[in-house]
Amino acid sequence: MANQLGTTVSSIATPVRYTVMWALGICIALSLAGMVMPKWLTFLITMAAANGLVSLGIMVLMRGGVVPFGQGMVFAIGGYAAALLSNKLGIKDALLLTLCGGVIAALIAAPFAPLLSRYRGIFFAMLTLALSMVTYGLLMKLEVLGGSDGFNMGRPTLFGQKLPDESVGYIMYVLTISVSTLMALLARIYFDSTRGLITVAAKENELRVEYLGGSVRQAMAINFILAAFCGGLGGSLAVMALGHIEPNFSFWTTSGEFVFVAILAGWQSVIALFVASTVLEVVRSFSSSYFPNTWQMSLGIFLLIVIRFLPRGIGSLWVKGGGK
Amino acid sequence: MLTILIDGLTYASWLFIVALGLTLVFGVLKILNIAHGSFYALGAYAAASFVGWASAMKWAPGFTLVAMLLAAVAVAALVAPLIERGLLRFFYGRDEVLLVLVTYAMFLILEDATKLLWGANPYYVSEPYTLFGNIDIGNQTYVGYDFALVALALVVGMAVWWWLNRTQQGKIMIAVIHSSEIASSMGVNISRVYMVAFSVGIFLAALGGAFTAPMISVQPGVSVGVIIVSFAVVIIGGLGSIEGAAVGAIIVGLARSMAVHLAPVAELFSIYLVMAVVLMFRPEGLFQRIQARKI
Amino acid sequence: MKAVLQARDVEKKFGAVVAAANINIDIFAGERVSLIGSNGAGKTTFVNMITGYLKPDQGQILLDGHDITPLYPRAITHLGVARSFQIPQVYGELNVLENMLVANACHDQRLSFWQPARRRQAIERADALLDRFALTEHRARRVAELPGGIRKLLDIAMALTSSPKLLLLDEPTSGVSAEEKFPMMETIMAGLGQDQSTTVLFVEHDMDIVSRYASRVVAFYSGRIIADDKPEVALATDDVRRYVTGELLSE
Repeated sequence: MANQLGTTVSSIATPVRYTVMWALGICIALSLAGMVMPKWLTFLITMAAANGLVSLGIMVLMRGGVVPFGQGMVFAIGGYAAALLSNKLGIKDALLLTLCGGVIAALIAAPFAPLLSRYRGIFFAMLTLALSMVTYGLLMKLEVLGGSDGFNMGRPTLFGQKLPDESVGYIMYVLTISVSTLMALLARIYFDSTRGLITVAAKENELRVEYLGGSVRQAMAINFILAAFCGGLGGSLAVMALGHIEPNFSFWTTSGEFVFVAILAGWQSVIALFVASTVLEVVRSFSSSYFPNTWQMSLGIFLLIVIRFLPRGIGSLWVKGGGK
Repeated sequence: MLTILIDGLTYASWLFIVALGLTLVFGVLKILNIAHGSFYALGAYAAASFVGWASAMKWAPGFTLVAMLLAAVAVAALVAPLIERGLLRFFYGRDEVLLVLVTYAMFLILEDATKLLWGANPYYVSEPYTLFGNIDIGNQTYVGYDFALVALALVVGMAVWWWLNRTQQGKIMIAVIHSSEIASSMGVNISRVYMVAFSVGIFLAALGGAFTAPMISVQPGVSVGVIIVSFAVVIIGGLGSIEGAAVGAIIVGLARSMAVHLAPVAELFSIYLVMAVVLMFRPEGLFQRIQARKI
Repeated sequence: MKAVLQARDVEKKFGAVVAAANINIDIFAGERVSLIGSNGAGKTTFVNMITGYLKPDQGQILLDGHDITPLYPRAITHLGVARSFQIPQVYGELNVLENMLVANACHDQRLSFWQPARRRQAIERADALLDRFALTEHRARRVAELPGGIRKLLDIAMALTSSPKLLLLDEPTSGVSAEEKFPMMETIMAGLGQDQSTTVLFVEHDMDIVSRYASRVVAFYSGRIIADDKPEVALATDDVRRYVTGELLSE
């Protein structure tokens, strides 16, 4: 939070209404732009936003000083929940499915929250990794869920309306952008809140927080559940955009990509998060056509450069004292 | 029953060799190396190439084993200094999770580097697999190579144990495992120790890969499965502990073998379930070497 | 007058080391009590048992009549106890104002998911406290860049955010050069104000500071209290002169 002069900017927080206006503006601008974008671009941004939500969950946890390596678990749970509700229970409304994905992921993660809130560092990372691989193993073996192939999901509806072929892509795009902007806004508000400040303090000195009367474990547990909710939202939006779900959503390399985006973005700017997610999607999309054997390498090198030279992520390039 | 045991021990053997390298690197350098599986893959690919050349040069079949050993040595000798001096040392002393991320970047880079060097098609190194013939026990036939692998694991385990506990260099290494600060203040050349430990770690990974190559199809993606199961082993056994790597490998090997033969549904997630349970109830693992960071 | 803090027959051992033995004491509202004693005498153990960081082997500690012996630091903080630290436990990455806001947020029983940490009311409270401790000029500076004396004052100001009944200061002037000690203590005492609502216990090694600022001195040796009286009296007792100040050589 320091600018070059070594002092910090501290003002009364940007009033919430400005942030809301920004969020609304961005949402509308992107939605309008979507009308003139080629289909592949709206799809790309849809996936970037859905994946960005999962990384947003990682950001919530990183602000408290822990890095989860198992967000794939909640991503998969959200996706499978949405797909199953749609295929088996006939719940088709896209907005409802999105919400259900988030809530169900949060509910399943909740019992683990008190346990995980006690761990830090490598052990936190490994435990979340282990849980996501258990989920992966289960999903691979359960034939009722399609086993290793997964299964397809039917097309969702929105507010009772069937979505016609020409516009389903655009409508999912607008839905995903809207949900992402809303979550980004809520995240910003949470980060600037008293609970958000305690999280940041806990990252630096847990003992002092306890001595001042704050509960670090409660903060960590809550962050874990919030991250699960974000991950679940991302999962259900992703499965609706893709039309297909498979156990790979929970594999550790998937979790690794979400962490990659979070590290790239840094933990200060929410916008940087979605920018980083878009960068990843762009690289991923173009890679198969142009550089199939070197795109992972490029990501790796990029990550090293960021870790070495921009330890606070690309967000630190423009964040000075606050801001979205 | 015997099949389960032998299967489990075979799996545990190469897993032990690989996990030993991983745990050693963590114990000394405090780095949990996600790219460890990539070195396994490099060993496997190098073995494929070396065995290919050995056949082309009409070496006697027995010498293919030598070729595989040389492959592992080559990987360690070429890659270890490059990575340790050229990359890792810039990040020493940083947060342990940050180092994991650095190794994750390394993993990404090595995945593609391997693809660039050897292509995306699978390699089969099947000749060495028949070297030890078949052994009949009861009414089941077992491949001799599997037993040789178990023997190799025992040799490696004893060699590393002897090196660490009976040689001066090894004892210095143990001192560094306990505290690099104190060791350094007593005049130990820490960067050399790090280099040696890292090289041995990579060598072990490559060795595991080289000698497992005849049993698998060597293709992109092998590293991904290996690293995750190696993590399970070192977590269960305890990070930084040799006995832990051995016991952890046996537990994982047998658990997997039992699951495969008796309850295929459980195969994949049984290992990670054990890992998760260990982390929840005894995060330091079975043989505690470091304190778990928990509050 | 009711005692704010009472210790009854408190005992604590670490293996063979006696950290506290037969500790009985009543501390009353508004007192400025100095805890003295050489290192290892039991002052810090006593402070840690009050804050709940350590549990006595035997005996009870009561705050306003409540038995707080089994409670943990967080619960005891919420009952009105606060402490500062010998090595300031402050947030280097944040600025001074933000540190105060953290203290404010932690103390707040009704934490919120949306109420901004930087809202006007919280900032005004923080600024008021910063002013009392002469820290206002550093308000926007990153704490990691500030000198030790300022960080100590901040540490104390943060502890005071919760308007505690009982404030424990652990060596408030340590780590500060000799010329700065008195001005620092002046600032601290000025910051604490004269009101009776906050009782202060401070661990201190400098006897000049003790005589000047304490209304009562409690001396420790080998885990026991060897003197408990007004400064002029306590500092003149033989035991204190022998075991604490070193004026009398022990036989």
